[in-house]
Amino acid sequence: MPDASITRFENVGLRYGLGPEVLQDVTFSLAAGSFHFLVGESGAGKSSLLKLMYLALKPSRGLISLFGKDIATTPRQELPALRRQIGVVFQEFRLLNHLSTFDNVALPLRVAGVREGDVVRHVAELLEWVGLKDHMKARPPTLSGGQQQRVSIARAVIARPKILLADEPTGNVDDRMALRLMHLFEELNRLGTTIVVATHNTALVERLGYPVMRLDAGRFSLIEGSGNVSPARAWHESRESGPESAKARRRPRRARPESETDETDADPPGIENFL
Amino acid sequence: MLGVRRSDLPLDKDAHSRFLPWLIAFMVFLAVLAIGGILVLGATASRWDQGVGGTLTVQIAATDNAAQDQNNLQEVLNVIAAESAIETYLVIDEERMMTLLKPWLGADADPADLPLPKLVDIGLADGARFDLLGFTERMQQRVPEATVDDHRVWLQRLVNLIETVELIGLATLGFIALATIGTVIFTTRTGLAVHKEAIEVLHLIGAQDSYIAGQFAGRALMLGLKGGLIGMALGLPALLAVGYLAESLEGAALPEITFGIFEWVLFAVIPIAVALLAMSTARATVLRSLARML
Repeated sequence: MPDASITRFENVGLRYGLGPEVLQDVTFSLAAGSFHFLVGESGAGKSSLLKLMYLALKPSRGLISLFGKDIATTPRQELPALRRQIGVVFQEFRLLNHLSTFDNVALPLRVAGVREGDVVRHVAELLEWVGLKDHMKARPPTLSGGQQQRVSIARAVIARPKILLADEPTGNVDDRMALRLMHLFEELNRLGTTIVVATHNTALVERLGYPVMRLDAGRFSLIEGSGNVSPARAWHESRESGPESAKARRRPRRARPESETDETDADPPGIENFL
Repeated sequence: MLGVRRSDLPLDKDAHSRFLPWLIAFMVFLAVLAIGGILVLGATASRWDQGVGGTLTVQIAATDNAAQDQNNLQEVLNVIAAESAIETYLVIDEERMMTLLKPWLGADADPADLPLPKLVDIGLADGARFDLLGFTERMQQRVPEATVDDHRVWLQRLVNLIETVELIGLATLGFIALATIGTVIFTTRTGLAVHKEAIEVLHLIGAQDSYIAGQFAGRALMLGLKGGLIGMALGLPALLAVGYLAESLEGAALPEITFGIFEWVLFAVIPIAVALLAMSTARATVLRSLARML
């Protein structure tokens, strides 16, 4: 049976060593182009679930399939090709401190064997887009937390992954910045990338209204979206015209709550130009 | 190319790998000496073999009667003359005998006081069939005082000795290679531990194991080559110095250390070989370690 989902978990359990199960009977399927939040208390298993999703861990039991392939039966040497289609924004960024901003962002392309000329072009464009053009040569330790976060996000999206997993991407930034990052994710989502954002920020979750995957002490539940439309999406839909509108119309238009528009501060340049 | 590939891991700044070229240099130094020794011994063995293999010595013990001695010598020469395989023979005269004995007896010894045996040096024709046992039998029938020494027992012992030393030299080379491999393994493992975080990130963004291993291998290749060249720079002069000193020895028991093209190529290959050994060891170590990750 062909599997159209991006990633599918069936009765997945995870334990570290002989300890108790940190995830129990997790079952879900993410459709291509979906956007989900992942919430739960600290220690509920959010990071463990993401690690399973970005192939850093093997489940103790259950089935995980990614892009229609069963991870357990996929030969090890084919896993890198799958990983290249996953973008990860790590909670603690995990930038390589000895490499410049440019080289950090270029890493996924170089690992994939992209020609150096293309690497330079793509990375320069993306860095300009995330506002780090002037910091290309800077090493991560000299950047602010917010800048490092943007480098980390740029690295996650540079290779145009099919799925983007972000672990607490709004953890160290203020609300304005958090919302800007969400705009970016929504842009990527609009262009077809499946997005999962793990967060503690309940205000953000309620505001954007996407479906929520919830973990309670390793137990999984899925809560459908509240139906609120995100200010970022509303902002985009309000200014869409011409060839771009066709893309946008795949999503149902929703009412635009007046009260939330004031938060859409900066004018995000179109990521379509980059991607 | 492995050597020129840009590196995502800061391996060139690793303090722990800085001593690796020196350790490799010492190994190469020892390897050069071992190989030099093997080559010299091989040359010595074949020279002795060629030099002594085609010769015999007939010794006629002295009797109390000088006329009897003279008669014995003539009989021996008759037997020798009847032997077609013998190409040359030379009776060692008294003066030469005294020169040979001088180191033991001193300059004042008088040959008349000594019951000196007569010696006949025999050279065999190349490739001729020579019946040593028959020759010895005929000789002793006519002259019971004559003994035939074909040097073979002595030569065989020397050749055995040389072959044993050569084997030890080869074993030494093997141990040097093992020690080099061990050193590279431990250096590489330290590197893996130091860069664990960066390697994990590379792995998670989709780097193939060979991509990561290639960075370590390229680094090990460079360090190995550096160590190999330093080792050669130390080892060759040492070897040539030994050769120079051996040459100035009188009676040269060792042949001169003169190397042909083959030997020079062999020495040129050592740094490259050790660099390749370091490279493949590092690569295998990293691949083994990465295989434990999902």
